[in-house]
Formats: sequence, structure tokens, C-alpha cells
Amino acid sequence: MPEKLVVIGNGMAAGRALEELFERSPGAYEVTIFGAEARVDYNRIMLSPVLSGEKAFEDILIHDDAWYEANGITLYRGKQIVQIDREAKRVTAADGTTADYDKLLIATGSLPFILPVPGTSLAGVVTYRDLDDVDAMLTAARKGGRAVVIGGGLLGLEAAAGLKAQGMDVTVLHLMPTLMERQLDPSAGYLLQRAMEERGIAVRCRANTHAILGETHVTGVRLDDGSELPADLVVMAVGIRPNAVLAKEAGLETNRGVLVGDDMRTSDPDIFAVGECVEHRGICYGLVAPLYEMAKMVAGQLSGDGTAAYTGSVTATKLKVTGIDLFSAGDFSEADDKQDIVLRDVARGTYRRIVLKDNRIVGAVLYGATADGSWFFDLLRKETDVSEFRETLIFGQSYVGGASPDPAAAVAALPDDAEICGCNGVCKGKIVQTINDKGLSTLADVRAHTKASASCGTCTGLVEQVMALTLGDKFSRAATEPLCGCTDLGHDEVRRLIRAAELKSIPAVMQELGWKTSCGCAKCRPALNYYLLCDWPEEYEDDGRSRYINERIHANIQKDGTYSVVPRMWGGLTNPRELRAIADVAEKYSIPTVKVTGGQRIDLLGVRKEDLPAVWADLNDAGMVSGHAYAKGLRTVKTCVGKDWCRFGTQDSTGLGVKIEKFMWGSWTPAKVKMGVSGCPRNCAEATCKDVGVICVDSGFEIHFAGAAGIHIKGTQLLCKVADEEECIEVIAALTQLYREQGHYLERMYKWAERVGVDAIRVIVVEDPEKRRALFERFVMSQRKAQIDPWAERVAGRDAHEFIPMANFVLAEAAE
Amino acid sequence: MSDWIDVGAVEDIPVLGSRVVQAPGGDIALFRAADGTLFALRDRCPHKGGPLSQGIVHGHSVTCPLHNWVISLESGQAQGADQGCAHKIPLRISGERILLAASALLARAA
Repeated sequence: MPEKLVVIGNGMAAGRALEELFERSPGAYEVTIFGAEARVDYNRIMLSPVLSGEKAFEDILIHDDAWYEANGITLYRGKQIVQIDREAKRVTAADGTTADYDKLLIATGSLPFILPVPGTSLAGVVTYRDLDDVDAMLTAARKGGRAVVIGGGLLGLEAAAGLKAQGMDVTVLHLMPTLMERQLDPSAGYLLQRAMEERGIAVRCRANTHAILGETHVTGVRLDDGSELPADLVVMAVGIRPNAVLAKEAGLETNRGVLVGDDMRTSDPDIFAVGECVEHRGICYGLVAPLYEMAKMVAGQLSGDGTAAYTGSVTATKLKVTGIDLFSAGDFSEADDKQDIVLRDVARGTYRRIVLKDNRIVGAVLYGATADGSWFFDLLRKETDVSEFRETLIFGQSYVGGASPDPAAAVAALPDDAEICGCNGVCKGKIVQTINDKGLSTLADVRAHTKASASCGTCTGLVEQVMALTLGDKFSRAATEPLCGCTDLGHDEVRRLIRAAELKSIPAVMQELGWKTSCGCAKCRPALNYYLLCDWPEEYEDDGRSRYINERIHANIQKDGTYSVVPRMWGGLTNPRELRAIADVAEKYSIPTVKVTGGQRIDLLGVRKEDLPAVWADLNDAGMVSGHAYAKGLRTVKTCVGKDWCRFGTQDSTGLGVKIEKFMWGSWTPAKVKMGVSGCPRNCAEATCKDVGVICVDSGFEIHFAGAAGIHIKGTQLLCKVADEEECIEVIAALTQLYREQGHYLERMYKWAERVGVDAIRVIVVEDPEKRRALFERFVMSQRKAQIDPWAERVAGRDAHEFIPMANFVLAEAAE
Repeated sequence: MSDWIDVGAVEDIPVLGSRVVQAPGGDIALFRAADGTLFALRDRCPHKGGPLSQGIVHGHSVTCPLHNWVISLESGQAQGADQGCAHKIPLRISGERILLAASALLARAA
């Protein structure tokens, strides 16, 4: 019978403690977590890259829902525990939910410190602690305006840099004479201030906030000296305090934080505490490395290892502001028994200072060039006697070792017990050993198995160097971007494996390629559906449930939930019968807007979903089919009037456009494909900003490709010139097929061409007639099943449930 | 009137799909996850009112067709960095039939 472990708090400390616990003693506990935030465990130290826009929330998720499920954890989100009954061994949440425990783990973290000045509760005043704060800041930043950040510590400066990156005018107010005075000495603080100012961030030190101004929303900040700064957003980042309220109310011994011994137990032996809420040997920690060390010890104790003891942490800090390299560790307060070694390069703006006591490093500050940080930190933690190389110590490891400044050599020279990842306490030897034992070859694997570089990520380069040293040529640093969060494989790998392993259904792909989710997500399912359709055109059955709504029901969803309908007009040609049918349909179904599109056809906007099949039926009756205006597929072939009418026309551009469209319609492609045919170089059909464009000239046809006129404006590149229409169509079909086979889902043709190279495409499509023919034939084969009008299929009854509500209680109620 | 109202059969909803029940307070979207679990939410994304019934269902989530917000089918809460909640409608299964709470189904305003 497993014991009951209840965890209060669902942050990084709790998450890591459980991870360690499940590794050591799987199944020993039945775990229940109460998290006050509605979100699952995410990497809080990466909030700054989210604020600056360098990362998205998904990138900083530590444990997804599947993790909780896989470990049998009962997770209560958004439920705050309000009482611990130690007598009954039961906790109670604000909404009345209770849970009994055998062992309790308190991981309530910390609260942001709020200055005791007027105005802190005004709208527009935020702290910087969780994703809600980041959201609030991003929302404010979208409106632009002025931000005042109160607090020039680590968090405050990261917030300031992030808001600046989001386009706000930012001023940092700091009470002390220099920035980050707890981690930096005044010289480094000065350099940092200068670097922030160079980024356009104003810094005011010795600035004591007197009041935050505003009626309902913040309008400014008043300082003690009477000066006022206008502000649309105020971020308070003046520090944190342990959240020990709950523990205190339960009668546990607390001081600033929840008091714990080396065994991480509180004054109640069945209650442990971990993380930022803890006070251990008089110290409260606010950095991630000590939290993780504590988590390890808690897991040890919970696993029955009575010797697991936490003896405190020496901490090192890095500022996560892109472009500013700053490292500090240990203690560098002035004292008679300490000696300083300082190296300054004013021109380069670098600074380093090592503080020694009894020939041992007790503190280190590096500004500008921080590569030696881990080496100094290593010497500090091991209390190494540096007297032998004291003269050259300040120049760093490469100088002491006489090694070249080549970073690979520097990593090679590191001893096995040198710490590579500070957040997770992973040393070089552990990484090398894990790579060899488990046969790892990718950064993602190394992260998964060792945790090295899995938290703040600043040591990623070092980890890659260790991998390069260990794996030699087998390591390729060009890490592939995974297709989505459900897999570590990239688009190319997935496509290759679908063909190599002959995977012919979405479940087969997910099973064989080790998908991490049960049924994928809205990113990977449409991609897989397309890849399977492209690779197995004869066998694969299209999966409507894995298609975006527009492709599922063959119309374009509009902002109000109605749809637009665009029938095909081949090459932009139409006739009275078609126009009459469109007019009739618009009147019959009260379609509010009829508009001419940029692709030379007519858009019927505001069609109710229930009306779609009837609208299509009427259009079908007039000979019209779907224009695929919604498809990652062939959209339009825009044409000019050509030599039939135009006095400059060199060829029948309209006729060629119609032929191309009749040949290509219905084909699915990685992203939309628009084409154009111009009858002369005056280019009235704007063919040179299409995915594929033909320019007719007297002697034949120039085929251009890889243009676009959307977010990016791209002129096309000339692929080749051909003599007749037949060859023109063959080249275009072969080109499209190559794109279909190589393109990543949602990658436009110009992006694909940029990735694989125009020359590489030309070699296959133009210069190798055999390959061109084979591509052409594969395209023709895939068209056999593709050229069926999807509207006619649905008029005939396919997917009828899509268009009919399951039940209607509006009428029933009205009748009562 | 009964507290629960029959709105249709489980089989009416395709797996990984959804159907709409029209109600006085606005459409209600019924979802059927891959594992067979059924959910009912007001058919309005908390972001810009997009019809969630038209989204792609994955796991116990649906991605809104308008701006790709991911909404939890279990709670109605927006996932990830987005904030907001689609109103959840109490649902019960009786044999092969789906029942919705009468109070929510017949409520005038959502």
C-alpha cells in the first residue's frame, strides 16, 4: 500500500522533487498536488525570454499534462490550500477540497515584495513573478507607452530589457547607488548600467519611490526628491519573500521562511519543505540551483535515505539579457583578510574581479567575457588552493593551462568533475558517461537524460562542445527543429521515415515514431495527414479530423463563424451563365457580400454553414466546382488576355492558364500555390510574384517560380525557358511534385527554394529529363484521386453531419 | 421538467470530432475525444468568440479555428499563455444517449 504524499505548490521545486522521487522509488507514494496557479509546472527562470519574445510558453513547459497522468498524480489546479490540520493529517483547499496525507511537502515558493507606498493596487502596476505578470506586461507593451521598473536587480533588469524589446520606453529605478549591488561590485554595476543605457533604457540609481500616481490606472511615479516620471506601466521587482504563511498558521516553526534542518524536515517530522519558501541555516534562496539541490535531498529522505542532507549552496548568477554577459558568484564584500585581483579592459568594456581569502577564491565577478565563469566557480566551490597559479589566475583557465583560447580545447581541458550545468549541477564526466552508456547523439537526448542545459539553457554551447568531444564526427550541431511538441523529430526526418518504414496512417506514424502524445496536436496532425496523402496517394484515406476546418468542409471560415464560397473560374474566365448562377445563389440564400478577389474570381461572403451544401448544389448545376480558395493546394492561375485580344500579346496566355489550372486543380501541396501566366513581359497577370509564373515571349515560355506577395514580397526566379505549352506544363507539374515531396508542411514554395537551393531544384526539374518525367508521372498519378470536386461529394451527402446541428432547442423553446 | 435533457446519441458525434446543439443562450459544442470521453462547452472561444466546434480536437483539448487558442475540454480554460474560459455545460451519459443539464441548456443568456 503506497503512502500518501500531498504536495502544496506546483512550481519548479515541487516538480523536481517529484521527478527525483519517482526515479528513486517508483510507486512508493500516491501523490496529490495542489497548485494555486491554473498552469502546470513551467520553467520560471525563463520568463524573461518569454517577455522579450525570444521564447513561447510551450518552450518553457517542464511537465505537461501527460507527465502528471503517467505518474498517477492527482493534480488540483488553481486550488489554494488554506489549512493544514496536523492532528488529522489533512489539508483543505479554499473551495473545500480536502486530502489526507502520510507525508506532506510544502513548496509554496515566494511572494513578490510590494513596496509600502500609495498606489500599488492601481491598474497597470504589476510584479514579475509568473506568467500572468508576463501576460499583463505584454498586453501593456502592445499599446506602447512608458514603463517604469522599480528595482535594479536581476529580475528588474530582465523585465526592463524585455519591455524595451517589446517597444516601450523604459526607466529603471534603483534604490542603491549601483545596479545589482548584491551580486556585483560597483565597477561591474557601472558597466552594466552603461550597457543598459546603450540599449536605450534609462537608469536612475539612488531613486527612492515615494508614491505611485493615478486615479484608477497608473499615470506615473513620484520619487522622494519630488520629481515625477510619467508611466503607463509600473513593474515592481524589488525582491521576493518566502511564502511561509500556511506553515506558520499550522504552527510549524518559521522565521523569514519555513525553518528546515539539513534533512529538509520542518519542526513536524512528517512535513517537509522545499524551495523558495524555505529558510535553511539562516538563508533563504531565490535561485534555481539550490532549489534543485534541496529537491534531491527531499526525494532522498522520502525514499528512506536518512543520510540525505542538505548543507547549503554556494550560488552563481547569470543575467539573462541577450547581449550582456555577466557572471557573479560567492562573496565579494570588502574585508581586511580578503584580497582582490582585478582585470579591466576599458576599451572592450570587460571587467573581472576575483576575491581571495587564504589563497582560495571566495568570490568572482565577470563582466563582458564570462567563459571562465564555470572554472572560477569550480575553484570556489572546491576551495582549491590557487597560490601556485595566482599570478595568472585572473586571465582564466586557458592561460593557466597554457592551452590555446580555442573553446573546444578549453572544454577538453576541463576535469571530469567540472560543473557544466550550474542550474542542475551536472558535471562534465556525467555527461560523457551518459552519452557513452546510453548511446546518445542529440542535444535533446542529452538534456532528457542528464538535465544538462535543460533549465536556463545558457550552458547549451558547453554541452554541445562536450558532445562534440565525446562523439567526434558523429555529432552534428545543426539541431533540427522538431515538427511540434509531440515529437523530437523534424519534418524531414518524419517524411523520410514515413517512406522508409512504409507508414500509412497517422496512428502508425505516431506509434512507430514514438509520438509523445496520444493523438497529436493541431500542428502535427494536419502535417502528417498531408505527408501521408502525398506519399501514398492511392492508398491513404484523407483524415478530415486532422484537417483545419476550411479544408474539412471546403469553405473559408470568417470571423463570425459564417463561411465564404469561391467557385473556380478557370484562368479567370467566366460567362453569363455562371454569373447568373452566382447572382441567383446570392439572392436565394441572402448572401450579404459579393466581392471580386485578387485571383480573378468571385467570393460569396457570409454564407451560413447549414446553407453550404445547397449553395454548392446550385453552383454545381451551373457547371462550377470548388475554387479551393481555402486549400493548401492549387488556388488560382491568374492570366492576362493574351494575343487573342491584346496588341502586345505574344502567346495565348489565357488559354495556357486555363490548361494549367485544369491540369493542376485539386492537388494538395505543403502550402497554398498561386500561379499566373502573362502574355508578354509587361506582365499584366503579375506572374513574377506568384509561386509559379509563366511569362510568354515570342520564342516560347519563361517559367519563373518561388515568388510571393504576402507578408514577404518576393520576386520570382527564372527556372528555365521552354518552347511549347506541353513542355511548359510538364515542367510546372514536375516542379510542383518536387515541392510536394520535399516541402515542410506550411512552408511556401519560396521558403522551400531558399532551404534546398534554386540550383538543386533546377538540376532535377530542368537538367535531368528522367527525373523530371518521373516527377511528372507521380504528379499525374496523385491527381487521379485528387480531381474530384469536393462540393459535389458533399452535395451528394458526404460528411452530412458537418452541416446539420445535432439538436435544436431554440425553436422548441420558442414554441412553448 | 426533468433536470437532464436528451440531445442525441453518442454515435452522432464522430470520434475526434464535434457537433452543435442550438440553444436559446447560444450554440453548445459537444466533443468526443479519441478515448471516447464526451465534453460540452459553450461554442464560443473566450478570445474572439470563435466556434470551437469547428476546431481540431486533440487529447482533451480543442484548437480554435480563428486564432489557434487551445482550450481544455475538461475545464474550458485556455491553455498555454492565453487567458480565458469557455463556459462548461454539465453533461451526463445514459446508455448510448447524451444528456445535458436543463438549466444550462435552456438558459437564455450564456
